[in-house]
Amino acid sequence: MIRLNINGEDREIDVDADTPLLWVLRDELGMTGTKYGCGIAACGACTVHLDGMAVRSCQTMASDAEGMAIVTIEGVDGKAASAVQAAWRELEVPQCGYCQSGQILAATALLAETPKPSDEDIDMAMSGNVCRCATYTRIRAAIHRAAETMEG
Amino acid sequence: MFHVMKRMQDAAARPTRRNFLKMSAVAAGGLVVGSRLALPGAALAEGAAAEDAFTPFIRISPDGLVTVLNKHLDMGQGNATGLATLVAEELDASPEQMRAEFAPADVERYKNLAFGMQGTGGSTAIANSFEQYRKAGATARAMLVAAAAKAWGVPTGEITISGGTLSHASGKSGTFGEFAEAAAKLEAPAEVTLKSPDQWVYIGKSFPRLDVPNKTVGAPNTYGMDVQRDNMLVAVLTRPLAFGAKVKSFNADTAKAVKGVVDVIDVPGHGVAVLATSTWPAIKGREALEIEWDEAGAETRSSDALFAEYRELADTAGPVFRDDGDAEAAIAGAATVVEQVFEFPYLAHGMMEPMVLTIHVEGDRATLWYPSQFQTVDQQTAATVLGIPVQNVTINTLYGGGSFGRRTSPDARHIVEAASIAKIWGKSQPIKLVYTREDDTRAGYYRPMGVHKVRAGLDADGNLVGWHHRIVQQSLMSGTFFEQFMVHDGIDETSVEGVKDASYAIPAFHAELHSPKVGVPVLWWRSVGHTQTGYVVEAMMDKAAHAAGVDPLEFRRRHLSQPSGIAERDKDNARKLGVLDKVAEMSGWSGAQHGDRFRGIAVHKSFNTYVAEVAEVSRREDGTFKVENVWCAVDCGVAVNPDNVKAQMEGGIGYGLAAVLFSEITLTDGHVDQLNFDTYRPLRIEEMPKVVVEVLASAEAPSGAGEPGTPPVGPAVANAILAATGELPAVLPLTKAGLA
Repeated sequence: MIRLNINGEDREIDVDADTPLLWVLRDELGMTGTKYGCGIAACGACTVHLDGMAVRSCQTMASDAEGMAIVTIEGVDGKAASAVQAAWRELEVPQCGYCQSGQILAATALLAETPKPSDEDIDMAMSGNVCRCATYTRIRAAIHRAAETMEG
Repeated sequence: MFHVMKRMQDAAARPTRRNFLKMSAVAAGGLVVGSRLALPGAALAEGAAAEDAFTPFIRISPDGLVTVLNKHLDMGQGNATGLATLVAEELDASPEQMRAEFAPADVERYKNLAFGMQGTGGSTAIANSFEQYRKAGATARAMLVAAAAKAWGVPTGEITISGGTLSHASGKSGTFGEFAEAAAKLEAPAEVTLKSPDQWVYIGKSFPRLDVPNKTVGAPNTYGMDVQRDNMLVAVLTRPLAFGAKVKSFNADTAKAVKGVVDVIDVPGHGVAVLATSTWPAIKGREALEIEWDEAGAETRSSDALFAEYRELADTAGPVFRDDGDAEAAIAGAATVVEQVFEFPYLAHGMMEPMVLTIHVEGDRATLWYPSQFQTVDQQTAATVLGIPVQNVTINTLYGGGSFGRRTSPDARHIVEAASIAKIWGKSQPIKLVYTREDDTRAGYYRPMGVHKVRAGLDADGNLVGWHHRIVQQSLMSGTFFEQFMVHDGIDETSVEGVKDASYAIPAFHAELHSPKVGVPVLWWRSVGHTQTGYVVEAMMDKAAHAAGVDPLEFRRRHLSQPSGIAERDKDNARKLGVLDKVAEMSGWSGAQHGDRFRGIAVHKSFNTYVAEVAEVSRREDGTFKVENVWCAVDCGVAVNPDNVKAQMEGGIGYGLAAVLFSEITLTDGHVDQLNFDTYRPLRIEEMPKVVVEVLASAEAPSGAGEPGTPPVGPAVANAILAATGELPAVLPLTKAGLA
């Protein structure tokens, strides 16, 4: 039995300790907003926050996340998250949208740490999040837009 | 993609479910309307007429929400919003009240008018729906107006609609919802008048993407991968390492011992499937599976060996697909001759959501949930495998997490796999067949590898006088049911598109195609033949311009400005010049060198859309190139949603760039070398250039946007590197020559 705190809620899940957090979220808890893309931490579609840090849930064993605050796309909130999600809608960033939960979580973690990021900061923070629709120009613009909103 | 399938328009009519939507909508007390009765001559028949009175493109609920049934798959290209825009325009609805849903499989009602079957491809979604969905909107509008006129006792001509509200000068007003039920009982008008372009308020302007809000909050039940059903099993299938290999024997003892694994089953012709209660145990169980393969009869050549064979073939004559004038003589008499051999690797589509499909077989009925891109073929395929009537196969289409062509294949392999597993399993239990990333990368259905060999001759004034082009590329269509429509005298149209219709003024043009048989399954990949043909033609143009000492823009203008005497070609050239001049203006083109950076230009027509791009590169200290900027001008006729067209160009450029710079699938003894994004390298954010797109104003019929942005980026980058180094990059990806 693994005890996890997800989006502020304590959950007990009966899975093997080596089960990746990704599959606990998706298959055990039905929280499918966190996406499976590669399973080897090479694409970022499964990004969640662990104690505010953007991590790849496909390479995080559920047991390692015990005692930490796990935040997923379903629960992410606060100033940075709201600004990011609003900017994503305003600039219509998503195309297929499959990677965007991960992009949004990564962008939110970036802005929480660096409220006024440069293009280089964005490239560094977002490099692990692949978008095969290549919405990158809009992702960059939307992060800048969100940064402006947070200032205002 | 399969845009040449217009020829199939009248083929493949299949029995379908009828009236399902009409019945469900009536039960919900709303209005379902479509354009069928708006078509002249579609008289109302007795009896069945009441149910046939509406065709199901639009549903209006009592709360005033207008749901547009999208006959296409939206895998990111935005057609759900595009079709809703067309309806909202004629209906005078407000964007806030519009919704989009995917239509069920029903070829009669929902066929793609470009190819006569229900499916999405060839960048046809808007083009083939443009009139149909506007007519549906206009029909619904007329019926709502008629219902209001009746209720208010006023003439229909005095009622106006704006922002989803009906009003009359007397002060009366009402919502769509109030009149939906009454309107549904009226007879649809036999004819409707569509707005003229000057009356459009949404088309060509803007309309919010309906799917974006859900895609920013991780909404459930959006994608195929999100499907969860009670009592569902997850299946992963181990496919052979070499295409065509068969299972000799397998040992499932360790796999079955994994907690959560329910069973391991042989799926003849496909591999061995692990069934588990959820995804992780299925993956773990498969890792523990021991399989011995029989590779007799399998494709075991390496890609290096295939390239060597292709290069040899490129030196021999093949079936001719274009023969204008005497190219050999023209080249023999030319002042200058340029020659180049090009090599293109296999490419996986690599969409973010791997292939996935959930199927539930109950007796002689089956229900499927997944992003269906080819409902007609998929439905028929499932019915055939399961031995049930086609109308008993229900397809619930979800959004696709990308596709780029992958989610439809002539053999519907993913449907065959899932249906076979369900049949063998035999229990009435939902089964979700999940491709892991490794499965998806390794499963084949690649863009074919290819070799092109081109010789071009220039006269003393630097004008092209002869062009000799030989293509070696595996056929997409041979051996599929499309062959009869798409392959003529040994020429697969998808292998030669872009060369066959190359429109530059070249007096003598000769082109041949070899279609070697290889056991690797191949498939259309965003823009199909054009990523190869567009690259070759446009890169050769620069090589020729370079040899002639003429600016590449000027060289193109010169070869596009001469009347050909062929109306279609002259029109192509005029529109190509339009986008070329625009992109030159946008980028401030003043030659291929720009400070310490280099620029390349390319123009290509695909799917009836004309796109010109300028790429600007800088050279890093290690000799590799970074693509800094791309300017793009597009003429796609009427752009229903210009911002979405821009998005498709941006994305098409990034997608094409990944392939040009980094991506390749290679084989060693028939086994695919790449498994995941660590080895099948995608484009990342720091590699994405700044992109500026302009959409040309046009009154031409709308044409495609999903694919045409991709072909020009490769040659634009290649031409920039040619300018920088004097050498034309002709082997892709550029990483192979240390250029990226």
